[in-house]
Amino acid sequence: MNVDFSLFLPEFILAGAALLVIAVDLFLPDDRKHWLPFLTLAGIAAAGGSTVTLIGESEVLYDGLFHVDGFSTFFKFFLLAVAAFMVFASADYVKRHLNGHGEFYGIFLFSVLGMMTMVSAGELLTAYIALELFSFSLYVLAGYAVHRRRSIEAGVKYILIGAFSSALLLYGLSLVYGATGTTVFAEIAVALTDGASPAFVAGLALVIVGFGFKITAAPFHMWAPDVYEGAPTPVTAYLAVASKAVAFALMLRIFAVALAPVIDDWRNVLAAMAVLSMVIGNLVAIVQTNIKRMLAYSSIGQAGYLLMGIAALSTEASNGLIFHLVGYSATNFAAFTAIIAYQNLTGRVLIDDYAGLGKRQPFLALAISAAFFSLAGLPIFSGFATKFYLFTAVAQQGMLWLVIIAATASLVSLYYYLMVIKRMYLSDPDEPEPLPLDLPMRGALLGLLAAVVLFGVYPGPLVRLIEHATAALPL
Amino acid sequence: MAIRTAALLAATAMLGFSVYAFIAYDHGAGGYQFQQQWEWIETLGITVHWGADGISALMVLLTGIVAFTGVIVSWRIDDRPKEYFVLFMTLLTGVYGTFVSLDIFFLFFFYELAVLPMYLLIAVWGSTNKEYGALKLVLYLVAGSVLVWVAIIAIYVEAGVGSFDLLALQEADFARDFQRIFFPLIMIGFGVLAGLWPFHTWSPDGHVAAPTAVSMLHAGVLMKLGAYGIIRLGMTLLPEGLDWWQIPFITLATINVVYGAMSAMAQRDLKFVIGYSSVGHMGLVLIGLATIDSVGVSGAVLQMFSHGLMTALFFAMVGVIYEQAHTRDIGELNGLAKRMPITVFLFVLAGLASLGLPGLSGFVAEVLVFIGAFRTFPVVGVLGVIAAMLTAVYILRLAARSFFGPADDRWAGLKDASLGDRFAGGVLAAMLVLAGVFPKPFLDVINSAANPLVERITQVL
Repeated sequence: MNVDFSLFLPEFILAGAALLVIAVDLFLPDDRKHWLPFLTLAGIAAAGGSTVTLIGESEVLYDGLFHVDGFSTFFKFFLLAVAAFMVFASADYVKRHLNGHGEFYGIFLFSVLGMMTMVSAGELLTAYIALELFSFSLYVLAGYAVHRRRSIEAGVKYILIGAFSSALLLYGLSLVYGATGTTVFAEIAVALTDGASPAFVAGLALVIVGFGFKITAAPFHMWAPDVYEGAPTPVTAYLAVASKAVAFALMLRIFAVALAPVIDDWRNVLAAMAVLSMVIGNLVAIVQTNIKRMLAYSSIGQAGYLLMGIAALSTEASNGLIFHLVGYSATNFAAFTAIIAYQNLTGRVLIDDYAGLGKRQPFLALAISAAFFSLAGLPIFSGFATKFYLFTAVAQQGMLWLVIIAATASLVSLYYYLMVIKRMYLSDPDEPEPLPLDLPMRGALLGLLAAVVLFGVYPGPLVRLIEHATAALPL
Repeated sequence: MAIRTAALLAATAMLGFSVYAFIAYDHGAGGYQFQQQWEWIETLGITVHWGADGISALMVLLTGIVAFTGVIVSWRIDDRPKEYFVLFMTLLTGVYGTFVSLDIFFLFFFYELAVLPMYLLIAVWGSTNKEYGALKLVLYLVAGSVLVWVAIIAIYVEAGVGSFDLLALQEADFARDFQRIFFPLIMIGFGVLAGLWPFHTWSPDGHVAAPTAVSMLHAGVLMKLGAYGIIRLGMTLLPEGLDWWQIPFITLATINVVYGAMSAMAQRDLKFVIGYSSVGHMGLVLIGLATIDSVGVSGAVLQMFSHGLMTALFFAMVGVIYEQAHTRDIGELNGLAKRMPITVFLFVLAGLASLGLPGLSGFVAEVLVFIGAFRTFPVVGVLGVIAAMLTAVYILRLAARSFFGPADDRWAGLKDASLGDRFAGGVLAAMLVLAGVFPKPFLDVINSAANPLVERITQVL
């Protein structure tokens, strides 16, 4: 079999960069450690450059194991962009709060590698291995602040829940294999044309539960608030954005390619999970006092919106799902970056601590307000356009009832976002002196906010890219 | 200072363009004019599509006038003026955008955009009970817009033409049952912003809490967005739904008028009086629309214009009085006519327009609405006339108690309106008089849109 290895170039580069960062760290004196983020960025940039050569490729390697198509290439660019912003947002935090910088960035690059492989996976085991690669990296990163009990607790909790859900997923995959005799997505679809056997349905249920944990959909969301709260904040951002995004990308591919023939067996289950996530996430967020926990519940709610996109399975719904995913990622990352910046400056994470931020650091307050308005789905921010697109696509599949619940959930979410905004602009700060914001943070925030507004007012180019990506799926 | 000048220049330019759009609108030709269209998201059929018919043209003119006077009245804002004017201009973007969008996605986009800055504008720069008023206002309006959101998506899916363009959707065939189910979402969703009873309670609280110029803009223009939305989406796209819900709609609107007038009588705070009076006057707009009669609908649109001007004038003058006297309590204020004659003159002029004195715009609009009502639902007409009399009672009583009569020494030091406030008030008053004595140009433009609309509805039924 002739395999064109150049198609793996981005993955090779990332693996090399990860090892290089860890190796270089050993020889780098302590006062030069600030070079590591730049080295990491260089690795990401090189991977990005090599991904450019994949544009327009549509190859299936190893008999359906690995796909290089518009879908995977789109997500690879997306992941590398998220990774680059992650380095910007975490550099200062890592320097201040964490030890072992080289391992942090190295393991981080391995997690990106896992995600990049996962969006290309065309077969269950490849997907599973990729999933485990980035999950193991994230277990380590979540518990990275070893001197903080909260972080260790988060790490342990994440490992236990992660291992548990992986086990469920793996058992589900084995049942699917047993019922269909194959692990390749396209062949599963062929095996399912005559309908699903009971063993397959049991496997499907376990797969859905496994995914439910990964994407923090209710009722499998309980771990998320604790882990989000305890993990180092940049890792929380990464969990909330990248790990959720790839899990959705894989779900979309599996459900669109392999499971589409038995859509009646899973559509209502996913719709029910979507409803539960939207309701629980947005209602419980109201009573939170820690801003990271609030965002954890908010992202559970967002998982609910995204799940609708899979339940409605269609070209438009997939476009809407990815569009919302990209917009949500930029927005949520902006919100987390601002929170990281505030934590770096003051070391505080409670919602009450944000009192008077509008006076102390107007740009940070503006960034948080814009991000929250976008999450609530208000114009001119991306949240408005992406939600509108996604909801319209869901309604087109005859699920207007789901849209009604989602729109109502959006209204509820506006309330708790407004409560934070109210504290920032209406309450008086307990310490009046202004806070200085350093340049990399300011730049990262500005870039993310520009994306949030751009997707909200001029989404045409992005939507065309997404349409190109979903064209690779047999919808 | 720079930001104020920039805001004034922007508002002047907006006023200039608004006046131009109104004058350049060819009412003989009618229809949607000044159209511009660009692709936005092709797969969903969303385009940036601008254009104005007679109703939009008049609303654009109203927005231009109220925005211009609002910026002048805001001149003395000292607390964070930059943020204030940025939010104020965002609000205006939303308002203008809603009035000229012919794509219902963008109509909704700008409609939501107009709601967004309200929270901060009221909560930061407002007065009495501002946090409560701001939160209540925003949650009510966004709750309403959730209904509109669902209705817009349902309309798009049901039409099946793959476009959010109003002109394309007008040609689509909506099943009768669909129209009957979804008209109330539009009626209530936009009705919240239009102050439709019983969803109006945010309005007096919000107006009392808001800073002067925001009250002007909100009661003067934003509430019209609600009525405008009912015209554009409800009446244009879902005529059979309107017909089915006509009686409940006009009943609620009539309650609005009577309830607004009676509540206004019971208030002691000047801003609450105006706030409830707005609820009543918006009721007249809704009655006019619900008659589905060409005279009634024209009257409703003219009432939107007239009420926008008079409310803006009211709130501007209340702002002047409050700034000087630090109270808005009718029981405490007295004899102000001697202390601040120009302020009182302008306030009373707005009051006379509000009670429907001939020669002012309110008279023409109300008469048309009443004619429309008498032609279709005489009972509603009778109740409306009674409510107009109640308006006369509370306005005249208020004027007699607070403005005329003996003056307390406590108010000896009050200064009259500043030059800017006088100018702003003068512009609004002049327009009230102009539309009152010479309503023809306004009615020509309105009729060029209202008559075809009513014709279209009656044809379908």
